[in-house]
Amino acid sequence: MKILVCISSVPDTTTKITFADGNTKFNTAGVQFVINPYDEFGLSRAMQLKETLGGNVTTITVGRADTEPVIRKALAIGADDAVRIDADPMDSLQVATEIANYAKDKGFDLIITGRESIDYNGGAVPGMLAELLGINSVSPCVKLDIDGTTATMQTLIDGGKEVVKSSLPLVAAAQKGMVEESELRIPNMRGIMAARTKPLAVVPGAAAGNAKFKTFDLPAPKAACKMVSADNVEELVHLLHTEAKVI
Amino acid sequence: MSVLVFAENWDGNFKKSTFESVAYAAGLAQAAGGSVTAVVIGNVSADNLSSLGTYGATKVVHYDGADVNHQGVASIVAQAVQAAGAKYVVFNGTWKSKGAAPRLAIKLNAAIATEVVELPSSTAPFTVKKKTFSGKAFAHVELSSDVKIIVLSTNSYGVKENAVTAAVEKGSGSATEKDNSLQHVEYQKTSGKINLTEAELVVSAGRGMKGPENWGMVEQLAEALGAATACSKPVADIGWRPHHEHVGQTGIAVAPNLYIAIGISGAIQHLAGISSSKKIVVINTDPEAPFFKAADYGIVGDALQVVPKLTEAIKKLKG
Repeated sequence: MKILVCISSVPDTTTKITFADGNTKFNTAGVQFVINPYDEFGLSRAMQLKETLGGNVTTITVGRADTEPVIRKALAIGADDAVRIDADPMDSLQVATEIANYAKDKGFDLIITGRESIDYNGGAVPGMLAELLGINSVSPCVKLDIDGTTATMQTLIDGGKEVVKSSLPLVAAAQKGMVEESELRIPNMRGIMAARTKPLAVVPGAAAGNAKFKTFDLPAPKAACKMVSADNVEELVHLLHTEAKVI
Repeated sequence: MSVLVFAENWDGNFKKSTFESVAYAAGLAQAAGGSVTAVVIGNVSADNLSSLGTYGATKVVHYDGADVNHQGVASIVAQAVQAAGAKYVVFNGTWKSKGAAPRLAIKLNAAIATEVVELPSSTAPFTVKKKTFSGKAFAHVELSSDVKIIVLSTNSYGVKENAVTAAVEKGSGSATEKDNSLQHVEYQKTSGKINLTEAELVVSAGRGMKGPENWGMVEQLAEALGAATACSKPVADIGWRPHHEHVGQTGIAVAPNLYIAIGISGAIQHLAGISSSKKIVVINTDPEAPFFKAADYGIVGDALQVVPKLTEAIKKLKG
């Protein structure tokens, strides 16, 4: 089983978001970067699959050298080797094209991505990657079992879940459920030591995108909260009905 | 210059998110020039097909037959775009659309913007506003391709009527064998519940409920309001509530008219998922809870005391 896991380096979920250079850039000052939470579910499932089926787990990241601490963390969790496509990730098309170009002749049985990255929230890489490679994709994938060359998966539909089957190779876009929170792998000291010497190949990037993030802004600040006494919930209902007009 | 919209249906019926995407397409056609063609796939009645005219579709192209997966949607919509010579393709924010749109982008060499919240601020260059950082911020994205794809963030544009007469015609085209190699096995539907992403009213609760045995009162409040139920991440993690109710940065993002947060402190990750709510009510024992800073209305008090009283007051209002 040859598995490729796509890893995005993203700001920690507790990050307070601000922008720099006239709101044209995300302000990275003082920000802690982590493995994209959705990718972490995927990486943990990849490790479980490797343990039961044997094989090899490679990670791939499109990013500059500043993403290497996050890549080393993925190696410390247990990936065998890593690839970094040396480019600034600009949009989904560019990232998907880079990964597809790398993966197309390597014979991966399974490609796992996160459902989306929690920074730019495109959610488009899994589908684009699969389309570029001419294979099936399931996003979000909340359960993934492999039997021989067949994958049985669960995906979400509006109003429930759907069970689907596909032959390999395919792209599965992880979110919680592919593994549970309690099954997420945390690097141990041995893993961290081993990660230092695991192979991390750097490949120059070449792909172009077609969407440009021009400027950013933050949601408008809220007016002060109107407090209502706990003994007077009728007042709240009245305000919601006549002032806010939402009920 | 025509705007094409994928009008998704469920067992032959459209939902609010379908009408929202058709209404958005009508707004886009007005801004960019052109008319709206809706693409419908599956067994849908003639009355339902022509009802899309209410929201501004002047033409409905119907691909009759069995329902198809997201890969099939991408194939059929690609054929429809080429047949109509469309320059814009609009999708609603459902799972199937989010799956189909990126594949379509590759097929058509089209740029894509997802989680879009408004009509374009400019059509040349084409610039739209989308959610980023999981609702903590917005980005203005410029799409520079010939055909452009827009995937809406549900409940952000709203359903707007713009009644025209829709001419219904049959489409010719189908999903490929390759698309169908992703095999459907079964659906596991959660019946009778209001869909959280689409809900106009959401009642959400967290650890302040003290235990899963107290959730009855949350459900009663939701029922009195006709609201969907949701929960915070800690509560889903410890198994008090199912994962699919988890609202927040790594869960579901919601954008209801009213979000009632009961016993939720308001961690930054939770706020990210609910920041698009139009009005927010917070009920918490701790007057210093960060959630009050994001709220429109607040009550400091014990959820177990306040919630049943609130339910009674709402029942009284509704008579």
